[in-house]
Amino acid sequence: MPMAADEIEALIVAGIPDARVEMTDLAGDGDHWAARVTAESFRGLPRLKQQRAVYAALGDRMGGVLHALQLTTAVPVQE
Amino acid sequence: MSTDPDQIRIAELVGKSDVLLFMKGSPLFPQCGFSSRAVAILNHLGAEFDSVDVLQDQGVRQGIKQFSDWPTIPQLYVKGEFIGGSDIMMEMYESGELATLLEEQGVVKAG
Repeated sequence: MPMAADEIEALIVAGIPDARVEMTDLAGDGDHWAARVTAESFRGLPRLKQQRAVYAALGDRMGGVLHALQLTTAVPVQE
Repeated sequence: MSTDPDQIRIAELVGKSDVLLFMKGSPLFPQCGFSSRAVAILNHLGAEFDSVDVLQDQGVRQGIKQFSDWPTIPQLYVKGEFIGGSDIMMEMYESGELATLLEEQGVVKAG
């Protein structure tokens, strides 16, 4: 079973409480997702560490049930 | 130092190539959209690179995740340093950082 968008989003937010997650269904098949994760706690971290934080939140699902996740990380734009 | 033979082998592979892409399939026949994108980026930047097809090698396929502390493939190494997966490659390509990195490391094809 592929993972639903809200399930993926909930896992990310559970691991990164200040994250805002935008999910996009890339192929329209509910199985190939793009996630854009924006979090203040990413500020000052290199991209590798930002993405590692997201992967850590997703645990061993990444590369398993969640095999196709395009990931973009960002810090909120300051007003 | 790890004594796991797969970890030792991966370390040797990474040490041998200036630019190394762990991918699914080959640069001519990528077997996954993310690997295909990674190859396209490197080709577009004129990078000289070697690749390892993890589909042909289960030890590397599993071991690289631990080696890099990164759960997905493709994975790019430049001069022994882990750069990231295809999303990071794409961001660095779009921002020009990847071209700069490859030029600084002298791994872009002449001409």
